[in-house]
Amino acid sequence: MIELENVAYSYGGGELLSDISLRLAPGSFHFLTGPSGAGKTTLLKLCYGALLPTAGHVRLFGADVRSLDRDDIAIVRRRVGVVHQDVQFLDHLSLVDNISLPLTVSGRHADTVSNDLNELMTWVGLTNRADALPPELSGGERQRAAVARAVIMSPDVILADEPTGNIDWEMSQRLLRLLIELNKMGKTVLIATHDLSLIRAAKAHVQARVLRITNRRIQLAGADL
Amino acid sequence: MKLDPGSLRAFIKGDTHADRVVPPTGFTAQLTLFAAAAMAFLAVFALALSLAAGRLADRWGDELARSATIRIVAPLDQRAAQTAAALAILETTQGVASARALTDAEQQALLAPWFGSELVLDALPVPRLIEVIEDADGIDAAGLRLRLSAEVPGAILDDHSRWRAPLVEAASRLRLLGWVSIVLIGAAVAAMITLAANAALAANAQVIAVLRLVGATDDYIAQAFIRRFTLRALGGAAVGTVLGMIAMILMPSASAAAGFLTGLGFQGFGWLAPLFIPVLAGGVAFLATRMAARHTLRELT
Repeated sequence: MIELENVAYSYGGGELLSDISLRLAPGSFHFLTGPSGAGKTTLLKLCYGALLPTAGHVRLFGADVRSLDRDDIAIVRRRVGVVHQDVQFLDHLSLVDNISLPLTVSGRHADTVSNDLNELMTWVGLTNRADALPPELSGGERQRAAVARAVIMSPDVILADEPTGNIDWEMSQRLLRLLIELNKMGKTVLIATHDLSLIRAAKAHVQARVLRITNRRIQLAGADL
Repeated sequence: MKLDPGSLRAFIKGDTHADRVVPPTGFTAQLTLFAAAAMAFLAVFALALSLAAGRLADRWGDELARSATIRIVAPLDQRAAQTAAALAILETTQGVASARALTDAEQQALLAPWFGSELVLDALPVPRLIEVIEDADGIDAAGLRLRLSAEVPGAILDDHSRWRAPLVEAASRLRLLGWVSIVLIGAAVAAMITLAANAALAANAQVIAVLRLVGATDDYIAQAFIRRFTLRALGGAAVGTVLGMIAMILMPSASAAAGFLTGLGFQGFGWLAPLFIPVLAGGVAFLATRMAARHTLRELT
């Protein structure tokens, strides 16, 4: 699905990530952890083509990311659902329009899949908020809406960057259950988080591998969790 | 976006879903409409000026080039005889298609704008005018002058070139200025739309980032902006053009006396010309927004 091979990434000044090799196999569940500023978000961005590696190769669905033009990247993103910590919506559109936005921009109008959409809204528990505008939503509602938007295209991979950063424990448990359910449906899931209790909570339900970024490199975290 | 007929049809038909992804803008949209309308209004006059100046230059350059005038300045008692002698010479002159002496009534009509219609020509030593129409070869003005000076001492040949050339030049320059104005107006529309589009793109940076994240292609994002600005320019320019044309219709028509100046307005098929202004404005807006959108989008991930 997504493969990184000896990838390095440096911002103007120094190298942030170096010699990263990682392979996200179909159906796998990964956590990515590490201190703030270690490069978790950068690694995720490399995985959906928002950043190009300064060295090494990133392959998205078998194609080297450097060989993709902007339209190819757009097509790749229809197969990768992304959930951000501070998720952005189109504030002038209703929640249901926002969740179906990936369908709209890929030329599939939401009317044709209204059943699926209703099911999805029920699944994330936002049916009664369908007509609300994004600024009216609570933090937890926004995160669940972000998950719904990320999965509406039935993507192969879901990348979540600190999805529980802004919400309370109970809500983050709910969100985690959604992501675990998606993984059980066969989706590849990668969650970047510094919340170790979230990782522990997940391990009870799913076979998750934990990757840790330390000293610019990635390691498989051991039994300390 | 490719410019084939299919995508053009899709562009005009529009995608209501795609249009909605960019938030509506009230006030700035009206400014764009207003500026497009004002520019189109000005363009109508620049176009009218160009077309009228063109007609003028053609008339002075073409009709007058093939005519000449002979003035018979002689005492009243010899005037008729000298006129007859001059006409006789003209009949045998190479390059003369026809020649005729103006009647008293015609001369009076010519002088009426300056002296009033009550003027009695008989009392004045007004020179007799002979209108000479040249054929395609034209006359040898120097040769004719020599022959006339030998046989008709009171005859003065005027082939109009002395006063015609600067007038034709002025009219041509006026036409050029008209066209330059139209080009400048078009460029100003392009600049205005580019500024407005850039402002809209900048104001909607978050919208664009969200759209990119969920897999929208650049064309899809750009089209929402392009369509919006093209339709605004088209609509605004249409209103401005209609107002400009109404103003042209309401303009008092030039009187018959000033007829040789030709009316500053549209004639015949010329009335169709301003109808292209909105189309051109739309085209300019389309290209300007497309360039601005592509430029902005390339810099995003």
